[in-house]
Amino acid sequence: MDMSVKKKLGLKEKYALMTRNLGWEPSYEKREDVYPLLDYEGIKIHDWDTWEDPFRLTMDSYWKYQAEKERKLYAIIDAFNQNNGHLNVTDARYINAMKVFLSAVPALEYNAHRGFARLGRHMGGVGPQVACQMQAIDEMRHCQTQIHSISNYNRFYNGIHDWKHMNDRLWYLSVPKSFFEDACTCGPFEFIIAIGFSFEYVLTNLVFVPFVSGAAYNGDMGTMTFGFSAQSDEARHMTLGLEVIKFMLEQDPANLPIVQKWIDKWTWRGVRLLTIVAMMMDYMLPKRVMSWKEAWEIYFEENGMSLFKDLARYGIKVPDCVEQIKKEKDHLSHQAWTTFYAAAPMTNFHTWIPSDDELDWLSAKYPDTFDKYYRPRFEFFREQAEKGERFVNPNLPQLCQVCQIPMLFTEPDDPTQIAYRQSEHDGEKYHFCSDHCQHIFDNEPEKYVEAWLPVHQILQGNCFAEGDDPSAPDFDPIASVMKYWHLENGRDNGDFAGSEDEKNFAAWRGMTTSNT
Amino acid sequence: MQIDLRTVSIKPLRNTFDHLVRRFGDKPASRYQEGSYDIQADTNLQYRPSWDPEHELHDAGRTAIVMSDWYALKDPRQFYYGAYTLARARQQEAAEASFTFVESRALLDQMDAATRSRALAVLMPLRHAAWGANMNNTSMCADGYGTLITQPCMYHAMDNLGVAQYLTRLGLLLGDAATLEAGREAWLNDAAWQPLRRLVEKTLVTRDWFELFVAQNFVLDGLLYPLIYGQFVDKHLNAHGGAGVSMLTAFMSEWHDETRRWIDAVLKTAAAESAANQALLSDWTRQWRGRAAEALSPIAQQALGASAAEVLATVEQSFNDRAAKLGLTL
Amino acid sequence: MSNVFIALQTNEESRYIVEALLEDNPTAVVDEQPAMVKINVPGTLVLRRETVEEKMGRPFDLQEMQVNLITLSGHVDEDENEFRLSWND
Ligand SMILES: [Fe+2]
Ligand SMILES: [Fe+2]
Repeated sequence: MDMSVKKKLGLKEKYALMTRNLGWEPSYEKREDVYPLLDYEGIKIHDWDTWEDPFRLTMDSYWKYQAEKERKLYAIIDAFNQNNGHLNVTDARYINAMKVFLSAVPALEYNAHRGFARLGRHMGGVGPQVACQMQAIDEMRHCQTQIHSISNYNRFYNGIHDWKHMNDRLWYLSVPKSFFEDACTCGPFEFIIAIGFSFEYVLTNLVFVPFVSGAAYNGDMGTMTFGFSAQSDEARHMTLGLEVIKFMLEQDPANLPIVQKWIDKWTWRGVRLLTIVAMMMDYMLPKRVMSWKEAWEIYFEENGMSLFKDLARYGIKVPDCVEQIKKEKDHLSHQAWTTFYAAAPMTNFHTWIPSDDELDWLSAKYPDTFDKYYRPRFEFFREQAEKGERFVNPNLPQLCQVCQIPMLFTEPDDPTQIAYRQSEHDGEKYHFCSDHCQHIFDNEPEKYVEAWLPVHQILQGNCFAEGDDPSAPDFDPIASVMKYWHLENGRDNGDFAGSEDEKNFAAWRGMTTSNT
Repeated sequence: MQIDLRTVSIKPLRNTFDHLVRRFGDKPASRYQEGSYDIQADTNLQYRPSWDPEHELHDAGRTAIVMSDWYALKDPRQFYYGAYTLARARQQEAAEASFTFVESRALLDQMDAATRSRALAVLMPLRHAAWGANMNNTSMCADGYGTLITQPCMYHAMDNLGVAQYLTRLGLLLGDAATLEAGREAWLNDAAWQPLRRLVEKTLVTRDWFELFVAQNFVLDGLLYPLIYGQFVDKHLNAHGGAGVSMLTAFMSEWHDETRRWIDAVLKTAAAESAANQALLSDWTRQWRGRAAEALSPIAQQALGASAAEVLATVEQSFNDRAAKLGLTL
Repeated sequence: MSNVFIALQTNEESRYIVEALLEDNPTAVVDEQPAMVKINVPGTLVLRRETVEEKMGRPFDLQEMQVNLITLSGHVDEDENEFRLSWND
């Protein structure tokens, strides 16, 4: 019989035995062959053992708590669907926000899943490997819970019937797609700064907290639940992102300039990507919790800046782009929505002109800019529409070579002037939306010349439906591109007013208040 | 305004997403289908990976196995994240109950000192082998092609970690931190464990992810689990007062049976796809089986003494039968 | 001094966690949003297991908080008895 009194192990000690103690230094194979990706980015790590685990979840608790979250989540999704919860949302315009979400986000989560799997294998120590693996499997969760929650909307509304096909092809979806493919093709250290730090820590709160709270406010319990449920994993992920950055900076002073360069780059890449969230918050939620600008001030300016203040002790500086970002917060959502409104025939969701009280809300939230620059545009759109000449931008827009967003942003100090930048590489000219995108290109031109820009591809004839003959006399290029996207003209796109969505929603909701 | 909409019956415009209609016809899709099929991007991929410029980000060319449709490799368990975690949480609850039961009844004290130390000598170094398996499955998830195969590899990796952690808890229950340390020392330096460690390190530098799937999941674990958990723990230890240990490793045996169905389905489908696949899979299986049998022999010796050779031969025989059923020629 | 924060889903369990947080962090400020409650504290936030257990009247594992957590900000330090968030500025 064992008579020795066992020393009770603390959580930290026990966790160390459950994770880092499992690894070993290989001796039959060379370490650099087992971990071949650790050196080429120039990051120096001297001692992987000094890694501190922030959350100490072993697999048994992971399964337990995650299963509890899943049980709750699917119970709510099932109830929401069985009770036709979609008819309880404030008004059917809201559903268009979900279309944008499904078209863009699960594919990002999926790439995060695969990217973190790569890191889960290739980081040089068990602690960070396990943390990355948990994130890898969590991201699969996010991808799937988003699809499962929004799937029911697809059964009743148009636009997302072929979301995965569109994600790889439709013009505006190349913005999120290229963002994540950019990150995933980076080395492991840059990837984790890009996604774990810049994206998760600095930016995802903006997507998942005020926006999801807004979904709840608009009666969408399904989205509220998957959003908050996903974000609870995100709390672990953000903490991982922060630990990694501290770890790199503590390991070697030579890491600082490399890390700083990545933070600068990915903060900007992320902010550009969030343009679409800005638009969703200010224009697509019929009932609004807070404006994009307010959310930005809380989650980026206040929270993000406390993070940078904290990292100042390592020599990390606030990225230069923050100056420009501050100036843009009054403009971003309006510039984006007016662009999408004008591109309505080419999108897989509906657009509309804000109602009078919505215009007034925007004026109140953006007192310095809205009435001066944007209300007149909406009034113009409305006049045109009333005359039966709905405004549509007749041209394919030029896209920024880096963020792939159409040239819609204005000069930081002149909101009447669209910003254009240009660089030359190998005798070719490339175009950018901003100094910061240009700068990113100039640092890595070989990477960014490989971008798949939808507009260029269309012009080069690479986006016509299979079987269509561009030399045929009756060839209609626009119709053929729509077919290539699997966009159903007249159902998926165009104005909300008069759409099948609008009619169906009204009819179905009507059935709930009458007996016929 | 909250209205009760339960009573309203409205007809949906469509059953499911178009990509699933194209695969399965126009009918409602399962959550497994919605969350798995065609989810990985395969078109218009941008930028060359800096860590593998020869390939695209997601590229079927990272293995020599060729499939006309990678979404043929269906997981018979149809695990998506929710189904997976619920299944594991149920097993975890059972395992938790076993730990409590074994501890409260002092079941482990029924073993004599020699059996106890033999149990530890065999099981503790396997924590590290399970960590190797975890790294390999994580690698398959990263490098593989198509969500239908990469997804279960990630679940499998987390299971491998779970196994390493159950073994750790078992060690702490039977002994203490020094017990784990002794197992680690054996893994690093004991002659009996070096062939296995050498083999595991070899898998860690194997770059073809499908070969890795064969080496790790089919061959190595296909021999190791029946040998260790089937023969040594459930038969040998059980007969020598070690029923407690057998309860604490029930997860491993159950898990091996469950995951085997998935591994077999993958291999069977891939082998049936073409003669070239069949030849390659057979070849890989043969090579890794030789190495694995050799590596497991000193461990079987340590575990089972005189009957080791005979038991190992039985385990190998049933492995060969299994391979033959999958259409492989060894 | 920068704020750290933690946000929880509004529900029965979180109620007790919020009560415990308010008791252990006298400078805490509660911010109620649709379906969520956010607690901001200057500098450092501490959640003590004992306080939560007192409020709930049952044993509580700090990791259980994962289930109701929405997001947080600050460096995390967690052991069996305490969950701590802080900035070092
Ligand atoms: Fe995520
Ligand atoms: Fe740009």
